[in-house]
Amino acid sequence: MKKYIYSIFACLILFTACNDEEFLNRDPQNILLEDQVWENEDLVLSVLADLYNRLPDYQTIERWWEFANFDETFASNAGDYWRHQNVDYGYGNWGMWDYGYIRDINLFIEKAERADQLDSEVKARFIAEAKFIRAMVYFEHVKRMGGVPLILESLEYDFSGDPTYLQYARAKEHEVYDYIIEEMEAIKGDLPDGGTRSRATVGAALALESRAALYAGSIANYGQLTPNVSLPGGEVGIPASMADQYYTISLNASEELMGLGTYELYQNDPDPSENYANIFLNKSANNEVIFAKDFLVQGRTHGFTIDNIPRSLREENTSGGKMNPSLNLVQSFELLDNTFAPLPTTDENGDPIYYENQLDIFEGRDPRLAGTVILPGASFRGSQVDIWGGWKTTDGTLITSDQLGGRGTLPNGENAQLVGFDGPIPNLEWSAQGGFYLRKYVDTSVGSGQRGTGSAVWWIRFRYAEILLNAAEAAFELGDNAKAAAYMNEVRRRAGFPTDLAPSEIDFDRIVHERKVELSFENHILWDYKRWRLAHRVWNGESVDLTNNPGDAEAVSTRVFGLRPYKVYDPGSPNHEKWVFEEFIPTPVFNPHRFRLGNYYSFIGDNVRNANPKIVRNPNQ
Amino acid sequence: MKNSIKYIAGLFCMTLGLTSCEYDNYDEPKLLFEGNLVYQGEPIGVSYNDVYFELWEEGWQTFGNIGVSVDQDGSFSSLLFSGDYKLIIPASQGPFMSMTNTETNSDTIPLNLRGSLDMDIEVMPYYMLRNVSISGNSNTVNADFSLEQIITDENAKGINEVVLYLSKTTFVDSRTSISSSRIGGADIADLNNIQLSTSVPDMTPTQDYVFARVGVRIDGVEDMLFSDIQRIDF
Repeated sequence: MKKYIYSIFACLILFTACNDEEFLNRDPQNILLEDQVWENEDLVLSVLADLYNRLPDYQTIERWWEFANFDETFASNAGDYWRHQNVDYGYGNWGMWDYGYIRDINLFIEKAERADQLDSEVKARFIAEAKFIRAMVYFEHVKRMGGVPLILESLEYDFSGDPTYLQYARAKEHEVYDYIIEEMEAIKGDLPDGGTRSRATVGAALALESRAALYAGSIANYGQLTPNVSLPGGEVGIPASMADQYYTISLNASEELMGLGTYELYQNDPDPSENYANIFLNKSANNEVIFAKDFLVQGRTHGFTIDNIPRSLREENTSGGKMNPSLNLVQSFELLDNTFAPLPTTDENGDPIYYENQLDIFEGRDPRLAGTVILPGASFRGSQVDIWGGWKTTDGTLITSDQLGGRGTLPNGENAQLVGFDGPIPNLEWSAQGGFYLRKYVDTSVGSGQRGTGSAVWWIRFRYAEILLNAAEAAFELGDNAKAAAYMNEVRRRAGFPTDLAPSEIDFDRIVHERKVELSFENHILWDYKRWRLAHRVWNGESVDLTNNPGDAEAVSTRVFGLRPYKVYDPGSPNHEKWVFEEFIPTPVFNPHRFRLGNYYSFIGDNVRNANPKIVRNPNQ
Repeated sequence: MKNSIKYIAGLFCMTLGLTSCEYDNYDEPKLLFEGNLVYQGEPIGVSYNDVYFELWEEGWQTFGNIGVSVDQDGSFSSLLFSGDYKLIIPASQGPFMSMTNTETNSDTIPLNLRGSLDMDIEVMPYYMLRNVSISGNSNTVNADFSLEQIITDENAKGINEVVLYLSKTTFVDSRTSISSSRIGGADIADLNNIQLSTSVPDMTPTQDYVFARVGVRIDGVEDMLFSDIQRIDF
């Protein structure tokens, strides 16, 4: 009898406990639920911040080594010497296939559209921002891979065992560009004008439109030079007939951005080199920057300055001086009379030219040179860098040391310093092996070179000078040289050129050159050379000497060169202790770069194509 | 005693572990597939690591190909498992066009591998280098040759340039050349009589020989066509 009572009792407890849903359904204490997030502006912003944070960049101050892949800089870091020793770029290099990210953005947009607790204006801005990020990501995909499937809503699998309805073919290359352009036109009304540089604004949307349309236009235009780089379905390659249409869109977007009046060229410092360097460092009074990835001391910093500060000025006991801008880039900076010339190291008879000061050889060059590169004898953070390779006697003998600032005896018995505290010494990493240091983006504030502190210099993705150059290029391609010259001269006047370029002087070489020097180390070189179809001609895999015509856009430049200053040892002669310079190839550089036709559009992984047979391979691989 | 049983048991397990490997693994591929890319039996010279063809085997869950790269003298070799493969030379590869296979009526070549196979693959080159003679001394190297246009129908392509390359090693092309000279396609007066000469630069360490060959770059084709590599002793 007792048994029965117990079991009935047990059943009763069971049933009543089950009835009590409150008991089992509890809100989690360690995560926020969808509904909780979508009723609070601040929480939505933090979700959005994650999406912003994941925006990819190929070359950026958080990945300095990627800058050394081409001919802009030598990597003075033993772990990166291979960048100058491999001939071919891999077909998979700079590839991307990030649909997880795109899905997250699509989900954000869908949830934002459903959210009913948010203020409608705020909600519209959030959606516009997410759409801006999505367009940025598609732009990142299309410039690397060509046309990719355009997925603009979240896809759900129905577990039926047949996933074919989720397999989308690649869109045509121009369709992706069209999507970006249309999307920017559609959302710009919902975005604020100015007020922030790390979130999307009207300016940022127009800047993206300007750049994307320019890329599409030049692929249509210059793609004719490489008919093999195309696919029959249009996934790669844009018909030449569409070029003008895209150039017009780009020019209009650039001019609309200029018309906003929110942005202007940075002109705060009287010294043009100082001014140019400060575009990248000054975060407070800087109306040139349109969209940037921002950093904050004691919040989030990066180690760019730790890696690239001149060796003799470093704040840590390790690292420093990793990027040595190449002579290829340095000699591209033209003379103030708008002409090009290599650096004069020897006279017409082949004899060395003697210079009183190290900086004299760079005299009369584009002030942006000293703003981009720390030249031998220049000052940084108030101290002079010490870059010289040794003493050179009249018969050509070199007296040097294998230690930075090493001392020894000169032929006259005097004990003297034999080499600079910054090098160059062959194979000695973290010093000016190539004869130069990088100045652009290297922080001048004390402490930024320390591991515990780091640098809070921001990474600029769009700035006003690029928009002017975009407009100049688009106008030039549309045949309006007067307009092209006007926009380009704005940038050049700010740079410090006394004489304007005449409309007749604007040609393709000029356009290429101006972007090369104004936008060096800003993640442009690869994409620009790809869209102009210059990459396989300039990086053609041949070991050739440095060009004597730095203004020639098609000049082959496959290896990075350096410049070594020497002190002259010739006691009694007026040349004693003057400077001579020598071009050289840094010891670790022993192979040229070769960009193959198959590198124009990166390899799509076998896993992607196995999962979706509709994806076609990129050409020439 | 208790301990030694433990050791013996342990040893036994280890032996088991090592021997059982025999059963787990496949044998390595043993069938040698080799041959040359040829036109009417003559091998076609290309640059190293640049030209390859693909072998596909059906019936697996996922698709992937075996890439076989072609050496400088047009030869190739690959160790494979027996099976039914499909051989495809991708359209962008090599200074030639694929020929239509009679069996498949496409450029796919069926390859039923049951034993080692020595097979030449016939292709249709745009041009062939003929009568190449390269000679020289420690100062200059000269090359005399003629070009025969093979494809003359609507697929014909012009010549971009002809180049003579010198190299310190037997790898001879644009990447490794220490000296080169070239004539643009438009400047070639007579395809039957082309002459190139280039100077021999100083080499460190010094060597008393150099390797040379001539190459042809064809308009709109990435890979160059090359002659045989010739060693020139001074």
